Amino acid sequence: MSAAQVDHTDLKKPGKLVEMEASQDNVLLSIQDLQVWFELRRFGFSHAGYVHAVDGVSFDLHDGEAIAVVGESGCGKSTLMKTILALYRPTRGKVIFEGRNISEMRREDLRAYRAKVGYIQQDPYGAMAPFMTIEQVLEEPLLINTHASRRERMERIEQVLTEVKLTPVGEVLPKFPHMLSGGQQQRVIIARAMMLNPKLIVADEPVSMLDASVRVEILKLLRGLQESHHLAVIYVTHDLSTVRYFSRRIFVMYAGNVVEKALTQDLLLRPGHPYTEALLAGTSDPDANNAKTYKEIPPGEPPSLITPPAGCRFHPRCPYMIKDLCDVEVPPEFKLESEHLAACWLHRER
Amino acid sequence: MGTDQPLLRIEDLVLHFKTTRGRVRAVDGVNFDLNFNEAVVVLGESGCGKTSLARAILRLLPRNVQEYSGRVFLNGKDVMVYKDEEFRRSVRWQQMSFVPQAAMNSLNPVLKVGEQVAEPLMIHRGISRDEAMQQARRMFQLVGVPEGFLQRYAFELSGGMRQRTAIAMALVTTPELIILDEPTSALDVLTQANIFNVLKRIKENMETSYILITHDIATSSELADKVAVMYAGQIVEVSDAQSFFHMPLHPYSQKLLSSVPRLRGDQEPDFIVGQPPSLLAPPTGCRFKARCPFRFEQCDQEPPTFVKEGRLVKCWLHAGTRSEG
Amino acid sequence: MRNILRNMNELFQYPSAIVGSLVVLLLVAVSIYAVIAIPYQTAIDLWRGGEETWYRNPKNAMPAWTNFFRTKKLPDTLDFNTATQPNLKTVKPSTLGNSFSITIPFDFTYDAFPPELSVFFTAKYTSKLPFVSLSWKTPDGRTIRMKNFSITASQSYRITQDDALQAKLGGLPVNQALFAAPGVAGGPAPNPPQVLKGRYVLQIDGVTFQKGDDINAEFISYGDLYGLAGTDNLRRDLMVALLWGTPVALAFGLLAAVGTTFTQMFIAAVSTWFGGIVDTLIQRVTEVNLVLPFLPILIMIGTFYSRSIWTILTAVILLSIFGAGIKTFRAVFMQTKESPYIEAARAYGAGSMRIITSYLIPRVIPLLIPEFVVLIPSFVFLEASLAVLGLGDPTLPTWGKIIDDAYTNGALFQGWYYWVLEPSALLMVTGLAFSMLGFAFDRIFNPRLRGQ
Repeated sequence: MSAAQVDHTDLKKPGKLVEMEASQDNVLLSIQDLQVWFELRRFGFSHAGYVHAVDGVSFDLHDGEAIAVVGESGCGKSTLMKTILALYRPTRGKVIFEGRNISEMRREDLRAYRAKVGYIQQDPYGAMAPFMTIEQVLEEPLLINTHASRRERMERIEQVLTEVKLTPVGEVLPKFPHMLSGGQQQRVIIARAMMLNPKLIVADEPVSMLDASVRVEILKLLRGLQESHHLAVIYVTHDLSTVRYFSRRIFVMYAGNVVEKALTQDLLLRPGHPYTEALLAGTSDPDANNAKTYKEIPPGEPPSLITPPAGCRFHPRCPYMIKDLCDVEVPPEFKLESEHLAACWLHRER
Repeated sequence: MGTDQPLLRIEDLVLHFKTTRGRVRAVDGVNFDLNFNEAVVVLGESGCGKTSLARAILRLLPRNVQEYSGRVFLNGKDVMVYKDEEFRRSVRWQQMSFVPQAAMNSLNPVLKVGEQVAEPLMIHRGISRDEAMQQARRMFQLVGVPEGFLQRYAFELSGGMRQRTAIAMALVTTPELIILDEPTSALDVLTQANIFNVLKRIKENMETSYILITHDIATSSELADKVAVMYAGQIVEVSDAQSFFHMPLHPYSQKLLSSVPRLRGDQEPDFIVGQPPSLLAPPTGCRFKARCPFRFEQCDQEPPTFVKEGRLVKCWLHAGTRSEG
Repeated sequence: MRNILRNMNELFQYPSAIVGSLVVLLLVAVSIYAVIAIPYQTAIDLWRGGEETWYRNPKNAMPAWTNFFRTKKLPDTLDFNTATQPNLKTVKPSTLGNSFSITIPFDFTYDAFPPELSVFFTAKYTSKLPFVSLSWKTPDGRTIRMKNFSITASQSYRITQDDALQAKLGGLPVNQALFAAPGVAGGPAPNPPQVLKGRYVLQIDGVTFQKGDDINAEFISYGDLYGLAGTDNLRRDLMVALLWGTPVALAFGLLAAVGTTFTQMFIAAVSTWFGGIVDTLIQRVTEVNLVLPFLPILIMIGTFYSRSIWTILTAVILLSIFGAGIKTFRAVFMQTKESPYIEAARAYGAGSMRIITSYLIPRVIPLLIPEFVVLIPSFVFLEASLAVLGLGDPTLPTWGKIIDDAYTNGALFQGWYYWVLEPSALLMVTGLAFSMLGFAFDRIFNPRLRGQ
């Protein structure tokens, strides 16, 4: 069993429960103890428990900051994103945008909020109505949220399409979604997300359905837009190898919790949580020597979100599990280094 | 190494489809060899014809086939000349089996998974139900699904478990060759790693050969002994894994490899401009010439496949000895 | 929209669609022709019309073209009118008024006896009634005296119903007695009676008693055949009803189908999108409505309230709205609701109404079209069924009404098959045409059903 050891030497400092230090800019989005639960009903009537999709998440996102949220399916990252987009209501906790709690917003404010958050989805073809032309697809946000004249709308559309490098604009607009390639479709989706000059973009697996050779192009485009418009971007993905090129910080999610938060290079070099370690070990780089070895990864699968395990949710699969601690008590976040937190008892005070 | 005769030799395999928009040249003259207990990865992006290649080898054809020709030598015998019924009885699922794309979604929802895995044995070998279930049990062990799951239905299993069931189904008749089409594309990182561990273990224990068809270059290196790169219906390079991942020969292979984002290492990934050509009307000459940074006049003629240090490459830059194919 | 038009040329790959659309176009053309050639009020009047409108037609006559298939030719209607053919009449002044001699010769070469013979007199007189005397000359030279009587301004003499004449001619029915071949050389007449073919003459001698008085006579030897479609028991030309039945059937079917499908689609969209109590309510109402007995309710409305076609149409639509279609559309909407593009629309601020009208409904329209096309004939049949049950609109000539009249008058017992077959054939053709068209549409808009 030659698992890559976590370098604990400089991590065994006294653990404290603190918030991340404020970064350069203002806090744009603040998530505070967010819980999003879905009710299960039997036969549409009786109550049969809750799915604890997001179960206690807190973090701050600053203006113009790019972060990545990484995790496998069922970890709650999509639910978290949709709650930020106001598509789901928080069960408990707060989502605070520019100082205002979105759960307390009424219709007009909510509409204004939605205009400030752009959404890029995983399936670029599914994200467009197949019976609308590209022009119609891009006009919709403008028609709904502004009173701009036709000329102003067309100007804005042309401007944004040029920025996402979908030219000549005149050729693209009358086409239907199925006439474009996957990469072009995703550019349209990015254009649509940018249409109302948002301050935050939520990109949920934006490149996982695209071909390998196109992925990097789209990610670079997003990064360029993020830098030139000083946008905050949340990049959700399960593919760790792409986060390096994109985000300043990474949050790792497992079974409804954020288990680690770190600066990108810190996370990749010195992962603090065994789950992060497993993810890194499981991610392959193209290397012929891979075929000669077996990967050391924890067995089993992510737990049920209806009845999650007691204590640390990763403990049934964790190679470093400490009996009577990890299976009993939920670990708090321990500070490992500047801007690096991990919720794991391995870093407890001695 | 293996025996001197390759397990599988494909020569000039052609599969064209008839569609309302014309003839789609999905597989346009493919040649490669696969040895005993070897895994070859067919790499390519969407629309290059790789799924059609799997279907061409296994003769799982739709109704609108325009042309289907070539030679497929399995253990020295050309199975293309077999009649459909004979192919079904003696080749498919006996010597070669298949794990199709999204196999986990095509499990029969009304049969227990144990029965589904046992089914190929009962049909193709006429084995009794009890014996077949025994073998199914062994297969489940091999792929790492707990025995209790034999009695469950497909919807009760997670994605990873279902994919393992599909692999067990392909293995149960102990074929010499398994063709897998995107076996892990819809799965999470850890599940994917687990599946590849399973595939490696099977290769070690049962000495199976694989043809792995995928667009995921990084994970393909987990299994590959040999890499074949497919572009616009043709194989443009065949190399052993070490040489390929270290230094690919064909410009497309080079671009592909450099477009993979890496977790470790400092490379900034690259991308390829343009799009692959449509299989309806592939360009004359070298099909990659429109996007190739090293293009020159010779490329207006279609390059033959050259042999270079035991590797095959279809590119004028490496002109030299021609291979027979 | 453009999507749908593009699919149109695909439509014509299917032979069933070509046949179906041609027949539908034909039906539409017939409808347009019917409405133009016989305007609504004329049609109503014609159909209500009594003896004065239809007296020239035989009763329960078969279509004329059936003679083509017969070896024994049935007689046509022969009509002679001194008003239009003055040469038949000779007027000679006499002591007080005039004496008229009306000679009507005609050739009778058919193989069967005419079912009915009548003479219609119109007379103009000041005070004294004119007097007429009729006699009959057969081709073999016999003369039969028929009757003498005075006539009023408008007098009908139904020869075939003259019992006295029948008795005088030896008991045979009059129409046979006048045309039968007698026995050869004084022997018994052939049995069954044969038609004596040849030239017959009806001679009418009349006198008027004042100057200026006039007599006109119309002699009709009714045939067994009439026109393209035959006649019914009220001598009405069935073509009128068949022609006019077309636009009525199509309009009823179309309006009912349109009203039902579009309303159902909208209700299903609202139900699915808002979910919760709205959905529950609508679904329960639908389920109750599905259980309600459709036909008995219509029968009650027809019996106790009104049988006007507009009432029935409204009732049909109202009862159909919360029907099975809602369940079908709901299933599709439930699926579409989860699409990523709907989610995206919510994310950029689209409101519920906009999502329903601009995002959900357009997705469903291609599926709606085949359903709608196939629904049209079922409403056509419904209208016909109601008419056969006696609930049809009594004033409108419709196909169902024809069948209803036929049944009421025992058409099948009497052998008047054409009376039932003609409207039934039209109903069948309409049903087939729309169904074929509908199935072809279905294959296009639901590609999964397409054969490769």
